[in-house]
Amino acid sequence: MHHTIEVLNLRFTYPDGRIALHKIDFVIAPGEKAALVGPNGAGKSTLILHLNGILMGEGEVKVCGLSLAKENLGQARASVGLVFQDPDDQLFSMSVFDDVAFGPMYMGLSMDEVRLRVEKALEAVGMEGFEGRVSHHLSGGEKKRIAIATVLAMEPEILVLDEPTAGLDPRSRRRLINLLKELPMTMLVSTHDIPMVAELFPRMITIDEGRIVGDGPTKEYLQDQAFLVGHGLETAVPW
Amino acid sequence: MYVSFLALHIPDGFLSTEIAIVGWILVVPILAYALRQTKRHLGERQVPFLGVIAAFIFAAQAINFPVAAGTSGHLLGGALAAILLGPWAATVIMVAVIVIQALLFQDGGLVVMGWNIINMGVITSFTGYAAYIFIKRLMGNRSGSHLSGAFFGAWLSVVVASLATAIQLAFSGTVPLRLALPAMASVHILIGVGEAIITVGAVSLLLVLRPELLTSGEMAPGKKGAYFTVGGILLVLFVAALSPFASMNPDGLEAVAAQGGFLQLGENPVYEIFPDYVFPLIQNEAVATFLAVGVGAMIVFVISILIGRRAARPQGVPK
Amino acid sequence: MHFNLADQYHHRESIVHGLNPRVKVLGVVLYIFAVGLLPEGEWLGFLLYFLFLIISYQLSGLEFFFVLRRSLIALPFLLAAFAIPFTTPGDEWMKLPIIGWTITETGAIRFASIVIRAWLAVQAAVVLISTTRIPDLFWSLSALGMPSILVSTINFMYRYLFVLADEVLRMLRARSARSPRLPHKPKPPVLWEGRVAGSMVGSLFIRSIERSERVYSAMLSRGFDGRVLVKRKFKMKQTDWIIMVAVIAFVFMSQGLIHLR
Repeated sequence: MHHTIEVLNLRFTYPDGRIALHKIDFVIAPGEKAALVGPNGAGKSTLILHLNGILMGEGEVKVCGLSLAKENLGQARASVGLVFQDPDDQLFSMSVFDDVAFGPMYMGLSMDEVRLRVEKALEAVGMEGFEGRVSHHLSGGEKKRIAIATVLAMEPEILVLDEPTAGLDPRSRRRLINLLKELPMTMLVSTHDIPMVAELFPRMITIDEGRIVGDGPTKEYLQDQAFLVGHGLETAVPW
Repeated sequence: MYVSFLALHIPDGFLSTEIAIVGWILVVPILAYALRQTKRHLGERQVPFLGVIAAFIFAAQAINFPVAAGTSGHLLGGALAAILLGPWAATVIMVAVIVIQALLFQDGGLVVMGWNIINMGVITSFTGYAAYIFIKRLMGNRSGSHLSGAFFGAWLSVVVASLATAIQLAFSGTVPLRLALPAMASVHILIGVGEAIITVGAVSLLLVLRPELLTSGEMAPGKKGAYFTVGGILLVLFVAALSPFASMNPDGLEAVAAQGGFLQLGENPVYEIFPDYVFPLIQNEAVATFLAVGVGAMIVFVISILIGRRAARPQGVPK
Repeated sequence: MHFNLADQYHHRESIVHGLNPRVKVLGVVLYIFAVGLLPEGEWLGFLLYFLFLIISYQLSGLEFFFVLRRSLIALPFLLAAFAIPFTTPGDEWMKLPIIGWTITETGAIRFASIVIRAWLAVQAAVVLISTTRIPDLFWSLSALGMPSILVSTINFMYRYLFVLADEVLRMLRARSARSPRLPHKPKPPVLWEGRVAGSMVGSLFIRSIERSERVYSAMLSRGFDGRVLVKRKFKMKQTDWIIMVAVIAFVFMSQGLIHLR
């Protein structure tokens, strides 16, 4: 039995010399749902981009037992579904169908199978019948769900989302949280949405200035006021 | 928000069919080569990168600034794209921009698109780029050389493109060369200043925020033959302007001049941009225009150098 | 604020809308090409080609005034042709009052011919764009020999054109919001305004570069390897063949009649 995500001693330095990730170690078990929190600029997005080899730092990243190296990038990318923060980056095609079909096409599936995958993925996010629509004309919440469908269509083992609730209105946020709740796969979600973390994720990994400063049960960390203030995570709930 | 460049997007119907076909014959190999060069340089990134930057050029053309009396300065963008990405990538980008403008906005024709691509894509990219690296080499690594190069390159790119457009119109028999050439040149000598100011503004911001982007533009393919290409373009334009074809169509100039009327305007100092006494020995309008553009280029060149030096002093632009 | 091109494509159920887009693109290019071959002063020919357009309006359910309005975009370029009536040698046709310029007959004919050709061509392009969905339109360009790498670049450009145009609209709005004009106070110098516009262009470029990097990452993470896979294929139906043959026949017969007469 292998771990789903294994990150060992990962370091990453930007081309200009700034160190983005210092020494990152963590393991995510199959089926686990973890949140990745930390202030802006802490290194969350950089870390996420390592999980399917878009960025390659020093150290080791293993996905489903496969070490991320040039020769098995394709395999790794099929098992890790990465959902970017701005859906406009993810929806680059002319129609919703083209976008959702993109991953399956590059996986070399037959056209019939691609169509089936697109249908299933759109159904999973509650956007059936949107195949012919133009992404630009969708609302923020709709774009977000289509963006998730684009990776669901690849049937990945792990779903990695970068700030999925950012910029959504309360209703779209609620629908998205319910959607994430239903999805069965292993999940790592970077977010600033602490109430969502409390609701969805039993485990919380906190990073600050490129280091993991906390990793454990969400409940415990959320009660540690000093910890939350220290890493800029406290959310006032004065009402 | 859609803005059009009045005088550079040639519509269908303004060029003769033969001339239009010649444009396509020239464009096909140039474009094929440009795609090969960008593919080699950018690899898999080619399509998303060039596509998004083409959208950038299109959107940036909507950014204007008021000049005077209701007119405004705009960007055409070929020179800027070439400075930042190299001339071949800039050519591909401008092709995408021109195709979209013609297909979606009917700005510029379909059958004459070959020439629109050459004028606004190839000529602006290469002229802007060659002038830019020329000044940079001349001034060495002095800070401010980027700005001087950008100013001169942007200005020259628009002016040379306008000369080419005028010559194509004349060869097609649409407008006589002795009118088209000075008229297009004089308008674009001014439009070019707007182009230059915006381009310098953009480059100076990038110099502060992302200087490595400017370096990567200089590393892009296309540097080698750039001077040669631009020299060739200028030579062809000059020879074409002097060739009998340019004035044969439409008809003998003497007959026109004898008629008086409109053409007497040409002798009216208000309309004559380069009065006879500037070049008293030059009777040929084409030669006079080229000379005037040359003189204008020297003036703009000096201004460009001054701009670079002045900008380098107070703010201390980081290298 | 949203940059919108919605009024370009007019959705109807019509023969022209249903045509294979490659047939439309080829037909329109052929038509414009043929218009360019009509001799000066060939009024009957111009009328014939105009009638052809009227038929295509009928077949596509477009209103004449809609196309007319859209076709006026080429008007500014007429300035370039402005001198023709005065500079073309020939017999005097009329003298403009007051300023006393002479318009020659050949000049007037040449001017009118150029204007009509340009106008007919633009109308044909408007019919094309109003009856064809944009992605179909782009992919049909490969039928004219455009490399698919360029077609997909254009697709990308079109997709992000909206995103970036929206950003420009927001930037322009933010600029106007901070550009008060007080009475009796001078405007800021032109050079300064130009630098501001330039800075806007520069920061838009940075955002675009960053955008292109993120888009590329998003493509890579879904397995992109540089090949163009998502293409559109079009099937030729019976109507497509009929219309194509009709357009070709029209062009050849009309040109033959006019040039061999």
